[in-house]
Amino acid sequence: MENRRYIVQGIFIFIGLIFLIKLFALQVADRSYEFKAERNIIHPIIEYPFRGLIFDRNGKTIVYNDPIYDLMIVPRDAYIPDTTAFCELLGITIAEFEENIQIAKKYSSVKPSAFLKKISQEEYAKIQDKLFNYNGFFVNSRTVRKYATPILANELGYIAEVDKDELSKDTSQYYRSGDFKGKTGLERFYENDMRGHRGVSYKMVNVRGIDKGSFKAGEYDTAAVPGKNIITTINSELQTYAESLFVGKRGSVVAIEPATGEILVMLSSPSYNPNSLSGRDFSDNFELIARDTNNVLFNRAIMAQYPPGSIFKTVQALVALDKNVIKADEQFFAQVVDSRMGDHAPSGYYDMAKGLEFSSNTYFLEVMKRVVNQGKSSNLFIDSELGLAEWAEAIKKFGFGSPLGLDLPGEKGGNIPDTAYYNKIYGKHRWAYSGIRSLAIGQGEVLVTPLQVANLAAIIANRGYYIRPHLVKAIEVNGVTENLNFEKISTGSHDEYYDAIHEGMARAVKKTAPRAIINDIEILGKTGTAENGVKDESLDHSVFMAFAPKENPTIAIAVYVENSGFGGRAAGMTASLIIEKYLRGYIKKNWYNREEYVIKGDFIDATDN
Amino acid sequence: MRKESGIFSNLDWITVLVYSILVIWGWVNIYASVYDSETASSIFDLSINSGKQLLWIGTAVVLIIIILIVDFRVYESFAPILYVLFVVLLAVVLVFGVKINGARAWFQFGSFRLQPAEFAKFATALMLAKFVSGNNIKLSTFKDQLRSVLILGLPIGLILMQPDAGSAMVFLCLLIPLYREGFPPFYITLGLSLATILILTYLVQSTFLILGIIGLAGIFIFFVRKARKKIYSVVFVGVTCIGIVFGADYVFNDVLKDYQRSRVDVILKPSTVNKQAEGWNLEQSKIAIGSGGFAGKGFLKGTQTKFGYVPEQSTDFIFSTLAEERGWLGSLSLVGLFLFLLFRIVHLAERQKHKFARMYGYSVAAIIFFHFTVNIAMTIGLFPVIGIPLPFFSYGGSSLWSFTIMLFVLLKIDMHRSQVLMRS
Repeated sequence: MENRRYIVQGIFIFIGLIFLIKLFALQVADRSYEFKAERNIIHPIIEYPFRGLIFDRNGKTIVYNDPIYDLMIVPRDAYIPDTTAFCELLGITIAEFEENIQIAKKYSSVKPSAFLKKISQEEYAKIQDKLFNYNGFFVNSRTVRKYATPILANELGYIAEVDKDELSKDTSQYYRSGDFKGKTGLERFYENDMRGHRGVSYKMVNVRGIDKGSFKAGEYDTAAVPGKNIITTINSELQTYAESLFVGKRGSVVAIEPATGEILVMLSSPSYNPNSLSGRDFSDNFELIARDTNNVLFNRAIMAQYPPGSIFKTVQALVALDKNVIKADEQFFAQVVDSRMGDHAPSGYYDMAKGLEFSSNTYFLEVMKRVVNQGKSSNLFIDSELGLAEWAEAIKKFGFGSPLGLDLPGEKGGNIPDTAYYNKIYGKHRWAYSGIRSLAIGQGEVLVTPLQVANLAAIIANRGYYIRPHLVKAIEVNGVTENLNFEKISTGSHDEYYDAIHEGMARAVKKTAPRAIINDIEILGKTGTAENGVKDESLDHSVFMAFAPKENPTIAIAVYVENSGFGGRAAGMTASLIIEKYLRGYIKKNWYNREEYVIKGDFIDATDN
Repeated sequence: MRKESGIFSNLDWITVLVYSILVIWGWVNIYASVYDSETASSIFDLSINSGKQLLWIGTAVVLIIIILIVDFRVYESFAPILYVLFVVLLAVVLVFGVKINGARAWFQFGSFRLQPAEFAKFATALMLAKFVSGNNIKLSTFKDQLRSVLILGLPIGLILMQPDAGSAMVFLCLLIPLYREGFPPFYITLGLSLATILILTYLVQSTFLILGIIGLAGIFIFFVRKARKKIYSVVFVGVTCIGIVFGADYVFNDVLKDYQRSRVDVILKPSTVNKQAEGWNLEQSKIAIGSGGFAGKGFLKGTQTKFGYVPEQSTDFIFSTLAEERGWLGSLSLVGLFLFLLFRIVHLAERQKHKFARMYGYSVAAIIFFHFTVNIAMTIGLFPVIGIPLPFFSYGGSSLWSFTIMLFVLLKIDMHRSQVLMRS
């Protein structure tokens, strides 16, 4: 029996060894338990950065972050001495109170959950002082985008939660589910500037989810970096005024400060109230807005492409003068013969200024013909081909045919048909000027956006150059403003040709758009009618392009009023109101109440039914 | 005969030292397992377990002094009385005890609770030792084997009625001292084999198992085909095994309770177990131990046990705290310390001249060994979770008292080992 001692001791050793081997495997060989342990206790808490604000050109706030509050409850700690008083304070019924308590308890008795969501700042101020009477409650603040005045909806855009598609395409790996990002407009274009950088703090929690302090004394925590503010070029007062003129109408306005390319006004109507796409009712309202048959999310100012109509005659004139195929004071007789061109101007002798004044189709058919058919080849087809190539190149220098590079997503470029374009349609050497001559008066295949037209007005005001139009002029970080720089783009035509154009435009306003005349402010403009493709002329879009004042112009504008007929009336008067408001600060009363006329908008009544 | 010069003379100070290390280390770990950095209570704070454990340690010291003063012969003389007393208490607790965690195992006196099963181990060990050391007892005879098994079986049966399978299982470890004193290993081997078949039944489909048994039996019969008697015994064993296979289903489905079955599943069929529910305890215990790494996270720096991920962190799962904060080195030290203690006790037992003392010594070693084995095995997933404490280490008065009494009674008897020789 003596040796049984060793068997017993052997069993002890055996078990001891098994333990040490198994423990070695668990503790030293297998590192996965360390990760599991950290996953158990570490809960990252995201600190959302303050999204950058949006200001107008004068420092007036357009978009800000509105704090809203969630009243949180920890049911286990909750102590409410007087339920009735508590309900009165929060403005809820006893039944709602009971229901909310039950929901919170169901979620967890020890983890905080929202008892009452989205309390406004005013309501919060009311309850803030009395909240200390109740234990187990605290307040979480969040922010939603707010708009000081409900303007610029399509230009500002909106923010919303990132969707799955965006998450999977996010190569920067920045976004997490539940994050908000700019979806359209400036919110999207300047997303990276405005979003800031989210912070994260790692908290330790116990098995019941209760906070046990920061992990490794906050070694891995990062602070949230607030987003940068952007300072736009928008004159919010003028924008508000312009939008008020467009209530109930379809159309768009772009106003640019010629010397800087800064966009003072950009509107697309109909639009929506930007506040409706912010905060709690986003999804309901978005549904309504997206389904609106008026297509309110379509920014006409940069996305709509129309034939330019008569306003195109200004750039035709500049190209022809520049090519030296015509002189500004050269008189020639325009015989109105071609009824298809529907010339409103009478037959007679015309020079450049008069051609613009009367908007003579016959005159400008000749002007463009001289550009296209310069006689460089004896073959008419080849000559037209060479001429059109030159023409298209020159036109494109004025910012047509491709997007101008505005700092907004979705800008369209319009269309300037060139040699390749017609070769594709008709075949090489199968077309000549006679087949494409409607281009001369801005009809046919040429398409432009309202922004490009406003930019043209700025070019004419500047006598031959433009600054790339933009909506944001500076970005502000921690109170330091960093101005964005924009290059000057020359259109190639000489300064001296502009006198005739200016003269023509000054006279054109008096001749074709008398309702745009303001006694003491000289507006230089050109009317146009963008054909709607419908027989009835009254359904055409009314277009007016202008700048003012004559000396050192400070505003260049394009106004489109859809389906309102001839450009001199609706668009011209609207433009003059905006110009007067901008230059004078108010609208001077005169013999005719122009504001009432525009706001009442007779011109749309006839067409809307 | 050596002169007695005081209550500490001939005391085995090595064992006392190891005991002290275990108790104090345990106390510090209890503090670590309940420590909350926000309140940062002192280790002496009586509102937390470490403070209470200190009271238990204090009373244990009083117990030690009493044991050292009381005459060493008491234990041998009173063994039958103690045994009967605790058997009666085990019966009484079934009627008057309070039910905690589904087992009627506790007497409650005010806020003070006592678990008779903890002390019945000690009484049973004494009784078995007394019985084995009897003059005409020979464990090689079937009659004495049966009598010793009855002594062992009586408290086991009563504890199973509480029901507390874990505590009952502890008594089986007394087969180790019986084995040392001549109990035939055949029964123990048979028991272990049956247990193996039982586990196999649970893991392998019954049909395969029966085919396997028939196949094995066929092979055996082929080898012993000349001896008819042996063929009969092989057939008998084979039929018994097949009976067990069928019985096993009954055991797992009807005898084991749901929670017991799920604890078995956690070990035997881990892939079928939900780690958020019935697998939670083991998974979290393994995470705590596994995240300790080689050298541990440092004292009071453990998170899994402190933040409540590991259940019962100061009692049954106290080892998790140690392994998390002290790493594999800590585990090594603890396992080493226990093995050292066990070897020391075996050494003490073997130097006894009297059979009673030796048998008792082995019993103490076996009980400590069993607790140590099952407790650590359950925290690392080698054994189903049954709530038995780690000796000297876990929080709790009953456990500390009973192990202290057992160990120091052995030391007291050891102090007088030469006197025993004189008497016999």
